[in-house]
Formats: sequence, structure tokens, C-alpha cells
Amino acid sequence: MTIQLISANHASAMAATLAGRANRNARGFGGGVYPITPQTECIELLCRQQFDKGSIVRVESEHSAMAVCMGMSVSGARTFTASSSNGLAYMAENVYAAAFSRLPIVMMAVNRTLGPPWNIWVDHGDTLMLRDAGWIQLYCQDNQEVADSIIFSYRLAEDARVLLPAMVCQDAFVLSHTMMETDLPEQEQVDRYLPDLDLPHRVKFDPVMIGGLDFPRETEVHRRQHQEALERVFDVYGECQDEFEEVFGRRPPDPVVPYCMDDAEIAFVSMGTTSSTTDTVVDKLRAEGIRAGSVRVRMYRPFPEKALTEMLANCERVGVLDRDISLGLGGVLWSEVRGCAPRALVQGYMLGLGGGDVRPQHIESLFRELAASSSAAAPKLVEVG
Amino acid sequence: MAEPILKGEYQSEVDRSEPILRAGNTNCGGCGMSVAYNMLSLAAAKHQLQFVIPACCGIVTPGQFPYSAYGAPVVASTFAAAAATASGLAATAQMNGEDTRVVCWAGDGGTYDIGMATVSAAAERNEDILYVCYDNEIYGNTGGQRSSATPLGAATTTTPAGKDIGKKDILAIMAAHRVPYAASISLGHADDAVDKFKKALNMSGFRFLHILAPCPTGWKSEAAEGIGLIRLAVSAGLFQVFEVWDGQRFEISIEPEFSRSALKSYMEKQGRFKEELVDLDAVEQAVRNSWDILSQRAKMSS
Repeated sequence: MTIQLISANHASAMAATLAGRANRNARGFGGGVYPITPQTECIELLCRQQFDKGSIVRVESEHSAMAVCMGMSVSGARTFTASSSNGLAYMAENVYAAAFSRLPIVMMAVNRTLGPPWNIWVDHGDTLMLRDAGWIQLYCQDNQEVADSIIFSYRLAEDARVLLPAMVCQDAFVLSHTMMETDLPEQEQVDRYLPDLDLPHRVKFDPVMIGGLDFPRETEVHRRQHQEALERVFDVYGECQDEFEEVFGRRPPDPVVPYCMDDAEIAFVSMGTTSSTTDTVVDKLRAEGIRAGSVRVRMYRPFPEKALTEMLANCERVGVLDRDISLGLGGVLWSEVRGCAPRALVQGYMLGLGGGDVRPQHIESLFRELAASSSAAAPKLVEVG
Repeated sequence: MAEPILKGEYQSEVDRSEPILRAGNTNCGGCGMSVAYNMLSLAAAKHQLQFVIPACCGIVTPGQFPYSAYGAPVVASTFAAAAATASGLAATAQMNGEDTRVVCWAGDGGTYDIGMATVSAAAERNEDILYVCYDNEIYGNTGGQRSSATPLGAATTTTPAGKDIGKKDILAIMAAHRVPYAASISLGHADDAVDKFKKALNMSGFRFLHILAPCPTGWKSEAAEGIGLIRLAVSAGLFQVFEVWDGQRFEISIEPEFSRSALKSYMEKQGRFKEELVDLDAVEQAVRNSWDILSQRAKMSS
């Protein structure tokens, strides 16, 4: 292992490279790539790597980037791409198609505000727009987690019980451009962790259709199979964690990550780096004797409803911190978490939209506001500028 | 140009033992795409094919999941993404040392219109793809709407009064990418079709084939007359049959007769052409002008 001071973009490119090289004795590695701020450095670095058996195709759009990944994946290669914001919106048609074709593509997504008006800063609305696309979605808290999650995602996505694409999400600039100490594994370890990809429905020369025409009854079956595969992710996830720990000596976080939740009466639920900030606020409140806790949703799809419900069971007040807005409703995370805490007062807050700098004092004031409230109000958009 | 005798090759060793288009397909009677598949079958025996087909009539052709009337593997791509998806298949084949012939098979909508950027980019990258555009000059799959391949004067469901502008010159566009091979195919001249499919299959890099494919449903013509209509279009000079190598060397495959009666007959046999919109003199003049340019290019490169 070598510890390096690198950005999450850098970590992503190196993790994808290691995973790609690990498939050199099988069908190789590749993908279509198209740069977009703030993901660009990842693509640039990936394009500088050498592969014994690899092909990075520099395409003309995100839509084509995912299409190249689909073509390579369906012919048996391990595939990677990365995008962000409007790039993901443009890619969306093929994001769905990749999942419907049950292709274990891994994509790194840097969460960035959708526009115009153009804004390159962090906002989770881009990947949450794709929540229904049938992918696994992981939201990371630091650079190490980004690197580990990419390698972990290949193991999870390519498992024969799953066979679904996975999206590893990280916050624009807060992670993408921030250098942190990151432990990049050795090739030999990744080789041990990731078996050669052997896609069961790889296209060869038999006269089969990949895609084609469904009538309602076929679509019903396909959707059920897809849903069941996502349900199986929870069990496979645990196995992938165990094996990861065995090979790399550290354990990737659970789908839901609690902080001081054992006796928490008031808890805030969030994703990405908002959770780290919330944790520091919890420390301060605990020092005052307030039984506060923080819950990070790391895996948003499949949605860990059971784990969240258990974790929030004894809370009296739950605040949900969304870095997104479903316009006309409220926070996307809030809309789902409120079903997981039936006995609690659940209040939705949207803050840090468009990359607003979410500081501990913002979250602390929301904790105090929530602690003093007796009933839930409509979701609140908190301006932090 | 020889008549369609296929040089005695029909049912010979170059014919695929299994046709690409098998029984049970959903194509309409008289569909030009079906004929094109059969011509490709005659040229493709020696090659392992993988098809990428975007949304178009060709993706309805094989019928309902899990069956397929295609005699070769097909990956269905999204509408605009055929050439990019095929780039992926070709990349995997290439890095694994496999001599797979990846064939994109797309209609005019997926090529001239929504797929244009993708096709252009794959051509610029010189991907190892054979891209075939079967051009029926409409969105046949959705019922026959105007595309940028629809010719002047043709009525479609979205231009019921007839289109008031001509079609894009797709072969010029593709040749301008300086791809190794770009050619148009006459389905009315079987030798021409089989020869060009063979040539294209035996080359590497981006190859583009443009086929005028009769669509009795959209053209409002007799199913049995499709091939005859293509011969009229070729004879009139309306459909130019030629080859371009590296975007530079132009070779005319079939010289037209510039027959006014062929032009008239081509239009009269199709219910889609609105007489009042089509000035035959103007069409004839446009055909002549276009041929002058093509002839000069062919002369310059010989």
C-alpha cells in the first residue's frame, strides 16, 4: 500500500485503473470518456494510464460515453466512466439502458448543480435525478472512501446475483478537488479481490438479442427480476465488505453509517460530506449533554429502509439535511426517510444547494431549532450562501 | 453495370449457411431493408458478425423477447447511440484479437437526424465499424414522419402537404470525414449490392454504406414494385450510386441515363409525391448539377 496526498478525482482514476488492470487476463477494460467540470482530472489521469488490455474511447458526448461502456460491457470487458451534473442529464437515457441490460458498469459521479444558470459547485440533485434508473448508488464522505468504493463496486456489481451498474458519488470540489491522504492498494491485492469478469449474457456469435422488444408481460418480469437483484444487494454487500477487509485490511462502511446513535433522541440524516460536518456538531452537542446523533446514508439505492428504520426507532426528532431539492415537493432524501421514522417528528431541511458552504454553525442552529419544535413544518430551504 | 445475375454466386460458398434475416421476422412485404439483409447474407459467409441496431424498424424486425428472427447476435442500442455502442463492441473485439465484424444497421432517422453526432464522431475516430444506413426517407417505425432524408415534394404524416425542401447529402457528409470507404448501394442491382458489402466487410476502419430502401407503406407504392422503383431512381440519376475512398477517390458505379420518363414514373408510382410541389424541370436540373459535381470529382480522382 502507498499513501498518497491526492484528490478524489485522482483517487477515482487510480482505483478504476487498478480494477481495470485486474481484468487483463479476461476480456480487458475500457469505457467511453467525456470530460466535464469538476470530473475532468479523473478523465485526464485515466487517459494517461497504460493497460495490457484496455481501450479508453474519447467520445463526443456523455450519451456516447455510456453507450461505449454498454458496448464494451456487453462484449465482456470491465468498464468505467465518470460524469457530473448536466453530463449525467444528457447521459440519462443510456444510464437507464445500461441497467435494463444488466451491465455491471461502474461510474464515478461528481455531484454538481444542474443548470443553466451554470454553477459548478456541489449539489446532489444530479445523481438523485437518476435514483429510479436501476443502479446501485453510493455517496462518499472522503477520498479514501471514493477509491475504495470504486473497487468495492466492481465486486458488488459483477456478482452473478446482482449484475447491475453502480454509481460512486462524491461532492464537487469538497472531495473532487481536495487532496487528502489516500491509501491506494497494490495491484496484487485488487487482483485477489476482483475475480475475472465473466458476464453470463455476454454477446458472442449466437443469434441472440440483447435488448429487443418487450410486451407488458415481459416487462413485468424484467422489472421484477431487476427489483429482486437490487434486494439481493444487501446480502452481497456484506460479503463484499468481509472480503474487502480481508484483502485490504479496512472495512468499507455499511449502507447506513450511524454516529452516536445508540441513545440518540434527536438525529440528523444526510449524505456525502454534509454528514462529516453533522458529526462534528454532534460532538459539540454531546459535550453539552444533548443526546444528539447523526446518520449517513451511504447507499441510497437500493434504499436501506430496514436499517434506517431500526436506527431511527428510538428517536423523538429526526431532521433530514438534503443537499438537493425536488422542486414542488422538498428534499429527495427527506421524502424517503420520513417513512422510516413513523413515531418521530421528521423535519426536512434543504441546505447547501448550489454549493452553499454548509458550516457547523448552520447545522447546529437547525439542531437547536428542531429540539425546540413540537410539530413538523413544511420542508425548509435554508440559505447558507 | 451488369444485370442482377450475381455472377453465379447465389447459394455458393460465400452465401451464409444461415441467413441474417430468418423466417418469422415482422418486416412488411416489399421492405427494402429485408432485401438489403439478404444481399448482406450473400456477402458475409466468411465473417463473424455482431449487429448493433438502434430504435428503427430493424429493431422490431426480430419480434418479441426472447425470440429473434435474426440469424446473428444483435445488441439493441438507444436511438442516437448505435455508432457509439458499436465502438464499444469493436474495441473489445480489437483488444482481444478477434476478427469480429461489427455492423451498425440503422435507418435514416437514426443516421441523418438523431444519430448524426454519434455517427460523425465514430467516423472521425475511424472506429472499426461497418455502418449501414437503410434509408427509406421517413421514420417508418413511428408511422412515416418527415426526416432530413425525406425528398422534396414527399408527403409524410408530419408534412401532409409535402416537404418543401430537399434531402441531406449524407454520402458527401460521410465522405468529408475521409473514412476509408463510403458508398451508396442500389438494391436494384444485386451485383452492386453484394460487391460493396463484400468490399466493406473485408476492410477495416469506418465504412459507411448508404442504401435507398423502398418502403411500400410509407411511399404508398406497390410492394412488388420496390426494386423497380430503385432502378428508376438510379436510371433517372436521382439516386447516385458511387464509391468514395478516403474521402478523395470517387468512382461512379452506375451511370444514369437521365431518363425523364424514369423520373416521371418514379414519382407517379408513389402516392407520397405531391405533383403540385414537384417541378420536374427543376428536379431534373438539380440532378444534372449534382451529377456534374460528382463526375468532376470522379474524373479528378481517376
